[in-house]
Amino acid sequence: MSEPSTDEPTRGTGVSRRRAITLAGAGVAGVAGVAVGAGALFGGGDQASATETAAGAVPFHGEHQAGIVTPAQDRLHFVAFDVVTKDRARLVALLQEWTAAAARMTAGKDAGLIGAVDGMPEAPPDDTGEALGLPPSQLTITVGFGPTLFRDAQGRDRFGIAAKRPAALADLPHFAGDALKPELSGGDICVQACANDPQVAVHAIRNLARIGMGVVSVRWSQLGFGRTSSTSRGQATPRNLFGFKDGTANLKAEETDLLREQLWAQPGDGADWMTGGSYVVTRKIRMLVETWDRSPLAEQEMIVGRTKGSGAPLGKRAEFDEPDFAAKGDDGEPVIAETAHVRLAHPDQNDGARLLRRGYNFVDGSDGLGRLDAGLFFIAYQRDPRKQFVPIQTRLARNDAMNEYLRHVSSGLFACPPGVRDAADWWGRALFS
Amino acid sequence: MRTTRLVVPAAAGVLAVAGLAGCGGGDDSGAKAGGPIAVKATDSACEVDSTEIEAGQVTFKVTNSGSKVNEFYVYAAGDRVMGEVENIAPGLSRELRVELPAGTYETACKPGMSGRGIRGALKVSGTVATVAPDAALSQATASYQRYVQSQTAALLTKTEEFVAAVKANDVAKAKDLYPVARTYWERIEPVAESFGDLDPKIDGREEVVEEGMQFTGFHRIEKDLWTTGDVSKDGAIADQLLVDVKAIVAKANAEKLTPLQLANGAKALLDEVASGKITGEEERYSHTDLWDFNANLEGSKAAIAALRPALEQRSPDLVKQLDSEFAAVETALGKHRAGDGWKLHTQLSKAELKELSDSINALAEPISKVAAVVAR
Repeated sequence: MSEPSTDEPTRGTGVSRRRAITLAGAGVAGVAGVAVGAGALFGGGDQASATETAAGAVPFHGEHQAGIVTPAQDRLHFVAFDVVTKDRARLVALLQEWTAAAARMTAGKDAGLIGAVDGMPEAPPDDTGEALGLPPSQLTITVGFGPTLFRDAQGRDRFGIAAKRPAALADLPHFAGDALKPELSGGDICVQACANDPQVAVHAIRNLARIGMGVVSVRWSQLGFGRTSSTSRGQATPRNLFGFKDGTANLKAEETDLLREQLWAQPGDGADWMTGGSYVVTRKIRMLVETWDRSPLAEQEMIVGRTKGSGAPLGKRAEFDEPDFAAKGDDGEPVIAETAHVRLAHPDQNDGARLLRRGYNFVDGSDGLGRLDAGLFFIAYQRDPRKQFVPIQTRLARNDAMNEYLRHVSSGLFACPPGVRDAADWWGRALFS
Repeated sequence: MRTTRLVVPAAAGVLAVAGLAGCGGGDDSGAKAGGPIAVKATDSACEVDSTEIEAGQVTFKVTNSGSKVNEFYVYAAGDRVMGEVENIAPGLSRELRVELPAGTYETACKPGMSGRGIRGALKVSGTVATVAPDAALSQATASYQRYVQSQTAALLTKTEEFVAAVKANDVAKAKDLYPVARTYWERIEPVAESFGDLDPKIDGREEVVEEGMQFTGFHRIEKDLWTTGDVSKDGAIADQLLVDVKAIVAKANAEKLTPLQLANGAKALLDEVASGKITGEEERYSHTDLWDFNANLEGSKAAIAALRPALEQRSPDLVKQLDSEFAAVETALGKHRAGDGWKLHTQLSKAELKELSDSINALAEPISKVAAVVAR
């Protein structure tokens, strides 16, 4: 829905959720005032400021989209949409409307100009209201465009942008062992909402879906909790549902040179509108946790290639010690097995290819057989999937000992444009202009 | 199934306009008395004698020389019913008197009383003053009232036929009539649902039956028809259905609706589709949900059509959007026609149902904005 600015009632513009907090009399003034810059977020800092930043606002405008190197929040609501209109103007109008709504919501305001409770009693509110009274919670909203937005399955140039499809947005190959469900995979546009409060993340996606009705349709979506990697040095490495530290070798926000080389699309990469953007691969990886939990500790550690306690590479003492892939044990076998996950995924084994991972654990209840329907919603940003995710995953799919406990059920690939520069800019402007 | 009530008690501010209904046609100056315009209706043609006429009171004389029962309509833009005459049996003639301001219209015969009908253009010229916004709203309620009357009349007729078939233990005929009778119910469902006790008796599904209540009405007979095929013991239930339908028809015709109720009713009908029909839970034994789907859509369109002159004055962009979204749903649904009716819910793939669901959502969003336009 991209209607009708001319008919929009003018009263009561811009009640913010923050004002609602004040009205409710909650004693959170110290939190409400916080709108820290990205620099402050990377500082690490003391406990008090960490609490404040966890509730504060992440700047929406900038060179890159927020939600990529932003220190990974605790919660995720990810959605993939199909575009159901054939009308380019409607799609563009939606992207503009979405951008404006995202700028408001990430600042802790209502999705619409009027808000959840200030409109006419006869009209549905332009915000759904479940985030009233909640702080911004470091909400980030990140958008990406899938290959099918450029050309559909029949090869049609849907919106006159087929010629602008970046070569790096090449369809992912079939990986050994993939058991992908089409209804959980792909999509024309993705939106990643991350926040430190699940209610805030869900509110963001729900309102974007509502605004988009008639133009886009939800294809699939995923809730996540418990970030499974760190995107900044200020964060401790978290654990995945196998109980292991995950993402120790992740790209970090502070590694500016590496980010330029490995994360952000550069001028000359082949699609000018993507300069400053990044490509995201999503994989829903079901973990067979019950069988994993019955495996001996030594076997679990051998499969991962790290110790379960400290996260140190086998044969080393501390988490961030460099793994020694040449080391052999008394039995003459490699200390880190040929099939260990850490070996196969390591940059040294992949021509230096790195990923910025910001995946989340998920539990979608149980599966009717009494097994947890649980696993990892893997999210990885990179400059060129053909040189990064694809070769890494090809090796993992063939050889990783962990595969016995994993099922890849969903896959997605999206080109995330650069950041929205200011209030006049919008997601995809350079692509559609 | 009952979800949203059409009656919005809190909206007292706009109730006043309903009282103006019926005052619209008082100006006789533009009414040029001419002889009736002859309409020759057959099973495959609809010949209207004059298709360019003067504004004012117009009379059509419709003669059905076909073999099917026919209907004749005059539509304004958006399929707003300006006048209609139903149940014209083969060999009979009926007259339709209708007040037509200058504009372009469509005439339609509907042999077999279903579908869009055989359409023709009708141009009306002359000077008729533009309707003031508030008058347009009051005319909306009068226009919709006529629609309710026509639908309840057909509901009664078709329910009588259905009940007779059940009581005669004619299972095949009862199965044929079941979705047809329900069409008229589903078109005006939010009106019917505003009468609390009658709705569950007529249209309640098995799970809504409370302790001490009996499972009766359409769905009880539906279950028997499609599971055991034995309706020999359903005579009393069929009789009761007819009694209840008669009661609700009388009440619906006595009810005066406000423009705001029309707006909310149009939305409620789409919500019915989105919640119960798209999932196949409404017609779980017969799987005739697409009949209901189409009837809900038509009912919603009729309510919006009644409001159309007012909406065009207040929010022309919204009207444009509603027109295109209504057309999109009709196109999506139109793929699933089967003869004079519709495919069964079970014959549609998940992808086809998703397409229908998307198109209903795309329409329901702008329709949810109509109430605010009407209320301001």
